[in-house]
Amino acid sequence: MLETAERAAAAPLNLPADGLVAVVKRDCPTCVLVAPLIKELSDRGVPITVYSQDDPSFPDGLSGVRYDDDLGSSFGLNIEFVPTVIRMEAGREAERIFGWSRAQWQALTGIPDLGKTLPDMRPACGSKTTDPGMQARLKVRFSQTGLASRRIPVPREIDPLELVHERGWSDGLPLVPPTEERVMLMLEGTARDPKEVVGLMPPNRVECTVEKIAINAVMAGCKPEYLPVVITAVEAALIPEFGLHGVLATTNAVAPVIMVNGPIAKGIGMNSKGNVLGQGFRANATIGRALQLVVRNVGGGRPQEVDRAVFGNPGKYTFCFAEDEDDGIWPTYAEERGFKRGTSTVTLFPGDGNTPIIDHISREPEGLVQSYAGCLRSLYNPGQINDVSAFILVSPEHAQVFYDAGWSKQRVKDELYARLKLRRDEILEGRQGIGSMKPEDLTDPNRLFPKFRTGSLNLARAGGSAGKYSAIISGLGSITINPCIKEVRL
Amino acid sequence: MTETSAEVFLLDPTAESSPVMMPRLKRPASIEGMTIGLLDIAKQRGDVFLDRLDERLTTNGFKVERFAKPRFSIVAPDALKQEMQSRVQVVIEGLAD
Repeated sequence: MLETAERAAAAPLNLPADGLVAVVKRDCPTCVLVAPLIKELSDRGVPITVYSQDDPSFPDGLSGVRYDDDLGSSFGLNIEFVPTVIRMEAGREAERIFGWSRAQWQALTGIPDLGKTLPDMRPACGSKTTDPGMQARLKVRFSQTGLASRRIPVPREIDPLELVHERGWSDGLPLVPPTEERVMLMLEGTARDPKEVVGLMPPNRVECTVEKIAINAVMAGCKPEYLPVVITAVEAALIPEFGLHGVLATTNAVAPVIMVNGPIAKGIGMNSKGNVLGQGFRANATIGRALQLVVRNVGGGRPQEVDRAVFGNPGKYTFCFAEDEDDGIWPTYAEERGFKRGTSTVTLFPGDGNTPIIDHISREPEGLVQSYAGCLRSLYNPGQINDVSAFILVSPEHAQVFYDAGWSKQRVKDELYARLKLRRDEILEGRQGIGSMKPEDLTDPNRLFPKFRTGSLNLARAGGSAGKYSAIISGLGSITINPCIKEVRL
Repeated sequence: MTETSAEVFLLDPTAESSPVMMPRLKRPASIEGMTIGLLDIAKQRGDVFLDRLDERLTTNGFKVERFAKPRFSIVAPDALKQEMQSRVQVVIEGLAD
């Protein structure tokens, strides 16, 4: 279904080889100011070709005005401001001025008394070609997108919303059809080259370009300003230590979870507070979905194919949130990983979903960590150690208990580690992790084994202000699957 | 002004290329005289299964070579694949737990 239709080409400008070209619009006070001068030039016999962007009868009383209603001529002339006057010489542009400057206009036209009653100078206005979104539309209209992806025509009798499903692009929910215009607008969200290869996307290990990410971000419902976060999420997912192939192909339930730190989170309206893991926030919802769609469409990772999940989890549609950095008491996860506060980062870790911790009673940190440890102990299997990881999202009310007692984040982690050690006879056979245990491990009855490997138990702050809850996001935590963090590049 | 104004064009979000599908080798008519590789992908108890196969094959006069992936969740490293390619004619792997 490769399209073969020809696209529109900008009409030839058909300009005189010598003379002036003026581009104006009525909705510009400076154009209105100079309109009588343009007519005066024409009346004096100066060869001048006039394009009006918004009104064929402007400038008033001047005949032969070319109405540039599709902006094709303005686009072809690369007009950024109005009024613009171009002097053509021997078929080529010799000089260009914009706005009103008496001295410049007089020099360009060679008429020394031109506009002598007007003020010295008036600024130009924006050309209609620079209206929001117009550059993208014009590039599409005149085949100058520079995009490499196949264009797929949607026959008139087919609803684009249905076609995206039929082609297998969807996660099951409706998608925004990725028109060229939408993709061009999306790409305005980043300074990166659409052709840039971000990495090889598993499972098919194919090159994933910024352009392909943008197309999938459109389909996911992202706004252009989300795109840098989506691209960074893809980059983080492709760090070998994250083990995306394993996260995708496993029979476990995990999905890649995206946690955003730094000013970009608030800048694009991400939620870190009430219902932080729930619905209702476009950035949270669509950034996570975009990553999943990239994995599906670029990498070819589809359920019941390479994705062998027995259950999966609802986070495989989207799983994305921001860490709450507002109180500034504990270091953020990004700070723990060495990034300065104020740096925007994206962290990826595998997550099965949300296991709530409810403790309305504890007012002392010891009681609270005991509750946490009990919940953590049961993850995957009470007898399992290793190959399990957890991010605990600590709510404001629970965090306050730790703050009031002066417990640092590290202290909480240390206390949890101390409570999460299993005796040999408590460990479920075969769930001891990779490789066999050493003989002394098996014979020492007092030997204790930590449930979590170093670095696989983490804390972050998030959640609504009322209620003594926290949330565990459990996930695989093997030696080949680890949280990965990457700074956002705009 | 615009191209075929009633028609919408969408950009392909996929890699636009199916992965190159390598045709599988034909099953050998007989494994007589072949060296057989046993690949442990590091799944739980895969070694138990492969140990038993090793025992049966060796008893029946086959030469057996053992290989192991460092971890089931990663693709086999090139060096391992090349080693298997150079040393055995058939590979049996213990998949899943």
